[in-house]
Amino acid sequence: MSAVIQSSRRGFLGQMFSAGALVIGAPLISNIAQAQQAATSGDAKIWQPSVYLGIEPDGTVKIVAHRSEMGTGARTCLPMIVADELEADWSRVQIVQALGDVKYGSQNTDGSCSVRDFYDAMRGAGAAARTMLEHAAAGKWGVAEEECQGRNHFVVHAKSGRKMSYGELVPLTSAATAPDQNAVRFKTPKEFRYIGTDIPSVDLNDLVTGKGIFGIDATMPGMVYASIERPPVMGATLKSLDDSDAKLVKGVTQVVSLDLAKPPYEFKALGGAAVIADNSWAALQGRKKLKADWDLGANAAYDSAAYRMQMLDTAKKPGRVARETGNVDAEFAKGGKILEASYYTPMLAHAPMEPPAAVAEFKNGKVVTWAATQNPQAVQDTVAKALGIAGTDVTCHVTLLGGGFGRKSKPDYIAEAALLSRQVGKPVKIVWSREDDVHFDYFHSPAGMYIKAAVDDKGHPSAWLQRSVFPPIAMQNNPDEQYGGFQLGMGWTDIPYPLANLRVENGPAKAHVRIGWLRSVSNVYHAFGVQSFTDELAASAGRDRVEYLLELIGPARVIDFAKEGLKQSGPADPRFPFDTARLRNVIDLVAQKSGWANKKPGGGRALGIAAHRSFLTYVAAVAEVVVKPGGEVTIPRVDIAIDAGRIINPDRVKAQFEGASVFGTSIALMGEITAAGGRIQQSNFNGYPVARMNQAPLMTNVYIVNSDAAPAGVGEPGVPPIAPAICNAIFAATGKRIRDLPVKKQLS
Amino acid sequence: MIQLTVNGKSRQFDGDPDMPLLWFLRDELQLTGTKFGCGMGLCGACTVHVNGAAARSCLTPMSAAAGTKITTIEGLAPKGEHPLQKAWKACNVPQCGYCQSGQIMQAAAMLKRKPKPSDHDIDSEMQGNICRCGTYQRIREAIKQAAGAKA
Repeated sequence: MSAVIQSSRRGFLGQMFSAGALVIGAPLISNIAQAQQAATSGDAKIWQPSVYLGIEPDGTVKIVAHRSEMGTGARTCLPMIVADELEADWSRVQIVQALGDVKYGSQNTDGSCSVRDFYDAMRGAGAAARTMLEHAAAGKWGVAEEECQGRNHFVVHAKSGRKMSYGELVPLTSAATAPDQNAVRFKTPKEFRYIGTDIPSVDLNDLVTGKGIFGIDATMPGMVYASIERPPVMGATLKSLDDSDAKLVKGVTQVVSLDLAKPPYEFKALGGAAVIADNSWAALQGRKKLKADWDLGANAAYDSAAYRMQMLDTAKKPGRVARETGNVDAEFAKGGKILEASYYTPMLAHAPMEPPAAVAEFKNGKVVTWAATQNPQAVQDTVAKALGIAGTDVTCHVTLLGGGFGRKSKPDYIAEAALLSRQVGKPVKIVWSREDDVHFDYFHSPAGMYIKAAVDDKGHPSAWLQRSVFPPIAMQNNPDEQYGGFQLGMGWTDIPYPLANLRVENGPAKAHVRIGWLRSVSNVYHAFGVQSFTDELAASAGRDRVEYLLELIGPARVIDFAKEGLKQSGPADPRFPFDTARLRNVIDLVAQKSGWANKKPGGGRALGIAAHRSFLTYVAAVAEVVVKPGGEVTIPRVDIAIDAGRIINPDRVKAQFEGASVFGTSIALMGEITAAGGRIQQSNFNGYPVARMNQAPLMTNVYIVNSDAAPAGVGEPGVPPIAPAICNAIFAATGKRIRDLPVKKQLS
Repeated sequence: MIQLTVNGKSRQFDGDPDMPLLWFLRDELQLTGTKFGCGMGLCGACTVHVNGAAARSCLTPMSAAAGTKITTIEGLAPKGEHPLQKAWKACNVPQCGYCQSGQIMQAAAMLKRKPKPSDHDIDSEMQGNICRCGTYQRIREAIKQAAGAKA
């Protein structure tokens, strides 16, 4: 079977590439589960070409970026991999942003998996193209193909000193057959030209000159602007609407209604009353003049303070067992020393600097949209479903994203633009205010946790019980779902301590707002619970935190979770075993780099440590905090050691962890969304503060473990250890244990 | 009719005088480098220069912009080679990049007044500009680099 399929030169890529271009499609077999499925089912579809690069006759290499750029560097780093294997001259590479299309495989830029899932595919695309060019040159010169090598935009024949540029070779590749998978020659890591180097973002110049086009900047000829009054409580229905004052606002052209979404909410447009205007300001002003009277419905009873108590109460009762070894109850019954603690983390909003933004036009039964989206294929599906058209009739152009953090993988706002365009007969730019963004988020769930341990005379846990309770993301598809499902695997059932007696449970919680994933998802609260409790045990035993943490992790081992009592587990990815040697290593590294052994706490200053593996990456963080007499917390320094396997672009990876340190600081110190009467009580950066320059860690140092292991995630795994590291440092500095986030005024 | 100068060009506006400058720049002039972030002067994404001083364009009504000289990120330096823009590139500051126009405009106004800002100056002048990606330490580094380069 051919691994590489040469696309038609005048096929669907015709608009992207000129007719004479060499266009390469490569298989996207990086997902192990898919590969296994393909091997067993013999499904030919798996070989569909879905990553493309093209070489123009003038030698310009065009590489398709099929993932979204929201700041992680995916738009630069994936093409770097292609260019490396291709032996392309980076200065002659152009990046072309892909439309949403299933042919690319998953475009859902989420879950820290762009490099993880596409490293092999990108290498395959580049290597296959280079092999074809080498083949063409060998044919032209009448020499053995093995003697021809792609080198920085040329194929060279060292023996004779001949060389031809890639551009010159393009016309000669027409007769070239696509190489069989086994004939594709890959570079060795020693030969990498770009992988492992700090190539700047391809968008860098645009971003410092104001030229980058984000979703909020996109325009379509003749477009109008819309601002929507949405149900203030999930499930509220509109009793009456008075739009007479709104229509008097200069620039407002009409007010139209959108059907209210019914559960399950999925990524549906929420519906409501939309003010249409000829500029953003008029739309926002008109919206303020709407007088809408809502029947708030059952969720008006939602009060986050009462809900917190309810979750913490639930966490003290037996729940569903997700993992169990030994018998914790028997151990607890022995009557030795018992420690227990409850932890709480609140709802959070994503608050990307660019609120949700898109422009869409419905015309002749089809939709074209330019959108800030993490998931253009979900845009196609959602818009198609909303309008009753085919997904292939939705063209989704992906702009730059002004932050995403998971919010922009839910395309409710793009469905709004498309639905409104159909109603008003013009392209519609949807305008989300910051207040809309905060009120109508898919919130990071609040969580209540309870952890209990019996400890032996050395202070080691002989039994460990942990329960977490949170309204699940699965509410999007089933509003009655109350259990965590896949979210339990995010830092809860994968607790890495080899405990003889362990029980991991999950209690029920019903959602009263839309719940969604936010950067690091459930790892945020689970790492806070486990790493705080670990610190509590160490403190109780009077032990050094680093030594104690390493003792709990135990001797290096590859964890077999099924053998260690995990009830349900998906197919294990053999590229990513949970190897505690790597976790121990990052702890040792961060301890060394932070000067842990020589720390001298005092005067309100101290260090705290936390370690957590998520998105297959091992991370340990040490935070230095200073707690002033009035209770104000500053963070002079954070050290983070990471092992994420092979690194494509160290500088961009460091940036992700520097950013995670700030994001985690917001979570630790100030982030909190509350609800009363079913309504979200915060609305902007005053009520929902995020870390500013003077509140963020003054310096975050990132130490990357050099590794040849398969590349793992980098966008998210930096966040989870930050809050527990900060709170453990606060305990070391003050003796005050933070069990509820955020810290806010708890120290004053 | 409101008259003002934007990046050296004379411009006119005859709409709602309460409309913030931000929307005039973005919707009418298509100068989209100036960003919307909060609408309340809380985040700094919309920062421009009004007669040389940093101002939040989301809080500056067109009536107040009348007769002023506005500079946006597009007009900061002819070829985008302001020392801060060069330093921003040298330090690889942006992640998503959305807030960076406002950060650079805020920093540029500061450097005009304080060519050699201290850490405290930088913190107090820049704390109104939120970066959700968390690029603060590189922003601080870039400002220091640009301040040094100017000397």
